[in-house]
Amino acid sequence: MPRTSTARARPRSAPAARRRGIRPQPASPAVLRKSLERLRRLSEASGVSGDEGAVRQIVLETIEGHADEVRVDALGNVLARARAGSRRGLRVMLTAHMDEVGLMVLGVTAEGMLKFDRVGGVDERALVAKPVLVGRARIPGVIGGTPPHLIDWADEPSPYKIPALAIDIGARTKEEALERVHPGDAVVFATRFERLGNVLRGKALDDRVGVATLLELVLDPPPGIELLAAFTTQEEVGLRGAAVAAHALDPQAAIVLDCTPANDLPLWDGRENTTYNTRLGFGPAIYVGDGGTLPNPRLIEHLVRTAEAAGLPYQYRQPGGGSTDAAAIHLARKGIPSISLSVPGRYLHTPLSMIHFDDWRASVSLVRAALARLRLDNIR
Amino acid sequence: MDRKELVALAKDLFSAAGISGHEQAARDVVRPTWEPLVDEIEVSRLGSLHALRHGRGAAPRPRVMLAAHMDVVGLMVKQVVGSFLRVSDIGGVDPRLLPGQPVVVHGRRDLPAVVAHPPHHLLPPERSAKSAPRTNEMWVDMGLGAVEVGRWVRVGDVISFAQPPFELGETRISGRGLDDRVGILAITVCLHELQHVAHRWEVAAVATVSEEMTFGGASTSAFGLRPELAIAVDATHATGVPDLPEFKAFPMGGGPTLGMGSDIHPGLLRTFEVAAKAAEIPYVLEVMPGHSGTDARAMQVTQEGVPTMVVSIPVRYMHSPVEVADLGDIERTGRLVADVIASLDDEYMQRLVWE
Repeated sequence: MPRTSTARARPRSAPAARRRGIRPQPASPAVLRKSLERLRRLSEASGVSGDEGAVRQIVLETIEGHADEVRVDALGNVLARARAGSRRGLRVMLTAHMDEVGLMVLGVTAEGMLKFDRVGGVDERALVAKPVLVGRARIPGVIGGTPPHLIDWADEPSPYKIPALAIDIGARTKEEALERVHPGDAVVFATRFERLGNVLRGKALDDRVGVATLLELVLDPPPGIELLAAFTTQEEVGLRGAAVAAHALDPQAAIVLDCTPANDLPLWDGRENTTYNTRLGFGPAIYVGDGGTLPNPRLIEHLVRTAEAAGLPYQYRQPGGGSTDAAAIHLARKGIPSISLSVPGRYLHTPLSMIHFDDWRASVSLVRAALARLRLDNIR
Repeated sequence: MDRKELVALAKDLFSAAGISGHEQAARDVVRPTWEPLVDEIEVSRLGSLHALRHGRGAAPRPRVMLAAHMDVVGLMVKQVVGSFLRVSDIGGVDPRLLPGQPVVVHGRRDLPAVVAHPPHHLLPPERSAKSAPRTNEMWVDMGLGAVEVGRWVRVGDVISFAQPPFELGETRISGRGLDDRVGILAITVCLHELQHVAHRWEVAAVATVSEEMTFGGASTSAFGLRPELAIAVDATHATGVPDLPEFKAFPMGGGPTLGMGSDIHPGLLRTFEVAAKAAEIPYVLEVMPGHSGTDARAMQVTQEGVPTMVVSIPVRYMHSPVEVADLGDIERTGRLVADVIASLDDEYMQRLVWE
């Protein structure tokens, strides 16, 4: 991680915060190791919107015996209630979506090739020449392109569009293909999770990193609140799981844990990039307004104050388009004060997304500290 | 060499980087594979691997050179801009397959990275969503800070696709560098076959360098080895790929293609056809007008001229990290080349005349 940039991101009150002893305890090495291993499993699991079973399985396995109540609702959301101690606190909904963007098999051609379409906003530019896994049996396949030798480079070729592409599973005939895959099978990128120092790389970190954070919270709930955890489905196709989960849980406040684009690449002409959305290495991103939600101002204030008091880095997610489960949750019932907190991630919705370990850990610390300090006064 | 051994070797070979001009990783896999199958082994001044197998004929024996190139296409660092790298391609890579592509930057140490095509609002205004990505507007990103990147990476460092190989369906294999590691595999199959054959000729199996850029390995090795005949074993295009022109691609699993055109001596082509028919090995004729795009072109014009042949294995999605080939085609190609070598007698060159 770029030390210079962290230094800029870190609030000046950090040493004071440490002196006052309010800096949250970081997770123990054993907890970290387990959580990282869980994130690897979550990232590599197939969980395209509407087919989140493999991720749900990991979630249920992990929280078994750790929550007061666990149920799977009509849309496949996992809803869990947990609290530390016996005191009834503020009922706060925490959500992370289990689903990822991906592809779905439409049918098989006479040559045994699989035609497909998108589920959610997969980056169409990033499909060609990538390996994929088809269906629950995770059959390996590749999306191939035309060899450059056979392209007329005198005219710049047009970008690849999905109707021109197909998945090759090595089948020699349609019949052979249909023995292994079926129309309707979900398709994910075959990307292995990797850690290189502070850099975590893998597919579907949007929003498996949120799921990993929420699992940590359920396993060790912060004191003073009643944690209503919703591991939601179908976020990428219209925030569907969150809408019904919020209705069912009826919380007093909601915090959405997501992963948001870091478009912090240099500009082509060397000018300053001012529309980066978020930047890697600058800490968790607090939302101040996106395409679907104007977050509760008291909650914004609460997160910022908590971060500063605890000496944790944070950044504002630049206002603009895009949305999170908060867009559905804050409109549920008579309205629910909501906010989103995201780990910045580069190249989301492509085969390989990238986050900084430190940003993730700071987001866990921040949400933990914010929940422990959350009172009714903070949202009224 | 059975199918299992072939797949294991294929995976080792496809896993080795070996960008043109930086073939050492590939040579380190080929050398121990070929060493037990031949009598002599050496590395040329430019880095090609020469594996020589003596024949049973009377000395001085004529020599046939088999060439498959071990270099693969990739990228090279053009500029370091803070944490990010600008790159150009080595050997011909379609920019459209770069966005989201996992790669390894071979700097002072190997660093995993990914190729990023910026969102359109970060590109020049005239570059709309309708324009195809260009290599010169992409970034290679390791996720590291500028200080670390400056320490580990320099202009000129090569970058390889990070795709590990994997089996596809029952008979196929996918990965990067199948062009032309499938040729190396076919020559390996051939060398195994020759263990049981009393061939008269000298066989020089050569893993060439720099084919994708200069053909420099094949031309210098052919000059040094002075073969009577030279056979390039390379990859050709397979059908089943988007937007293919007609007659430029060949079915997978249908055996090798035998080239015909100006790079190829028609008499040698006939020898291949006779051998294929005798062994009932299926093949397809591949018309190669002008430059075959293989090492044959370079070997043909070394010294006082060498009769050459091109035999190719159909590969899908060539020059991508997910090339696909049929294992049966590799085996058939190796057997066919071995059969041709076995058929070469002491008078072959006297019979190889122009009509």
